[in-house]
Amino acid sequence: MTVSNHHWRRFKNGFMQTLTCACAMLVVTPLVLVFYHLLHEGFTSLNWAFFTQLPKAVGETGGGMANAIAGTFILLGQAALVGVPVGVLGGVFLSEYGSSRLNWAIRFAADTLNGVPSITWGIVVYALVVVPMHGPSALAGGIVLGMMMIPLVMRTTEEVLQLVPTGYREAALALGIAKWKMIVRIVVRTALKGIVTGALLALARVAGETAPLLFTAFGNLGWAHSLKEPIAAMPLLIFNYAISPYDDWHRQAWAGAFVLLMLVLAINVGVRFLTRDRYRRNS
Amino acid sequence: MQQTMSQPATNAPRTGAPGADRAFQWLTLLMALSVFALIALIGYELMRGARLSLHHFGWRFLVNSDWDPVNDIYGALPAIFGTLASSVIALLLAVPLGIGTAIYLTELAPLWLRQPLIMFIELLAAVPSVILGFWGMSVLVPWLRTLLFPWLQKLFGFLPLFQGPAGSGFSLLAAGIILAIMIVPIITSVSREILRSVPGLQREAAYALGGTRWEVTRIAVLSYAKKGLFGAVILGLGRALGETMAVMMVIGNSPQIVLKLFAPASTMASVIANEFNETPPAGLYPSALFELGLVLLGVTVVVNIFAQLLLKTFAGPSVKPQP
Repeated sequence: MTVSNHHWRRFKNGFMQTLTCACAMLVVTPLVLVFYHLLHEGFTSLNWAFFTQLPKAVGETGGGMANAIAGTFILLGQAALVGVPVGVLGGVFLSEYGSSRLNWAIRFAADTLNGVPSITWGIVVYALVVVPMHGPSALAGGIVLGMMMIPLVMRTTEEVLQLVPTGYREAALALGIAKWKMIVRIVVRTALKGIVTGALLALARVAGETAPLLFTAFGNLGWAHSLKEPIAAMPLLIFNYAISPYDDWHRQAWAGAFVLLMLVLAINVGVRFLTRDRYRRNS
Repeated sequence: MQQTMSQPATNAPRTGAPGADRAFQWLTLLMALSVFALIALIGYELMRGARLSLHHFGWRFLVNSDWDPVNDIYGALPAIFGTLASSVIALLLAVPLGIGTAIYLTELAPLWLRQPLIMFIELLAAVPSVILGFWGMSVLVPWLRTLLFPWLQKLFGFLPLFQGPAGSGFSLLAAGIILAIMIVPIITSVSREILRSVPGLQREAAYALGGTRWEVTRIAVLSYAKKGLFGAVILGLGRALGETMAVMMVIGNSPQIVLKLFAPASTMASVIANEFNETPPAGLYPSALFELGLVLLGVTVVVNIFAQLLLKTFAGPSVKPQP
């Protein structure tokens, strides 16, 4: 062991530490840049009209995204109606019933479903809903987002249910309560915060989806008067404005992107506080 | 149905209707089985939509390099090429960065920095594709056109890969960079889980031999976690292959097979997203797009299953592909 060998090893250690640190910084850079530009271009283009008015025709300046903001929430509401019950009950099955082999297969299928490209979901629901209904509709948009939520909600529900101590279940059953009541009143209720967290994260994830909505919700420059009509959504309108050649529409797209990102990040960050609270109390 | 945990109270008297228990169990079973139904539904609808094209082109669809809606001739090769090329570029950029970041976060970073960095990376994963695409086309692409492309051409211009006009900036490389930004968070977070699951004893043994931090990481951690890290990479590949909006907004959407970084291209997902609304309601054109969707689904599902098998055999159920 010479001294120079020792120095060489110390140098290598420091070098790799710096190199991996540089990797981490480089990974974070795009996020910082995206934030910077959204704040710079998006926040400055925001005004009251953006939230209250309909989009204006080409050439007219001003206008807003009121219909798209409302549309996104309507789509998310429908998606939650489809995705949350199916996902939560499926998660209950994975955690509380079933054989290990069947559950392995279900988990595997759910994870595979998570990897299905969003554009594929779009054309599938087009064939399934839009074609029979003779046109794109808010309903089709809600269904596609809801279907995409199912595997997400199922896996997170299962995860949080398994955090509930087995002793709770045994104690409840020992008191003679029926198993389904034990699950609903004890297990699900104990894990409720985690289940809500999972559902919100799944909603945040589909809130930004554009590709599945291209052929299903389709977009609408005005208000949709029923769920059978095409409906506007923020990601769709951002996309349409983004690929347009007009400066004013680009400004609107920045403002829309800013609001959409704030919505998605607010859910993500808010949920983090919710779960942090839970772990603190448990420990 | 065999129950997963011990049930000491199965013989105890129960309140409520005995049928309710069974009904609840069947209801949850039905909902859990919906994932199989959805997979079958996706496959079935795509097959049904693609029937005409499957029948008309057969296997030639996969190797035909013409995508020509005017003459009703459709071949998937340009889109398959673009999908693979952009994903490979993304992996080349994202794998070293992602794994490097994961190593930094689990082994080398000061403790106070870890949590904020992890949070930032998770937020990056939450940025919607369309926003990243918009940022890409209005910030990244002009920057590539005016700065990076000329610079790269000066440095590597002797390689065919870097030749050709720098053009508009909408290119294979732009798509690769945007894709890398999108898959780096998932590669990082899954790799981090993998590295964290390496037993502490491994590390302590290496430290006891007098290793530096990096030596411990390389000898005890990385060699142990190799397979899992490979799984993380494949999972990132699965994401990259199916990504639609951001890619479509920066790749230039030109169905050509040109292996040049500065040339526009198209991917399977971008072709579907771009052209589906413009097709007639029936005929060969929409059918070919469905078949493209079928090919895309096949590729991503195979890649995803491969990744899951790698991850599940590496560390049991504690490592989940979904962050």
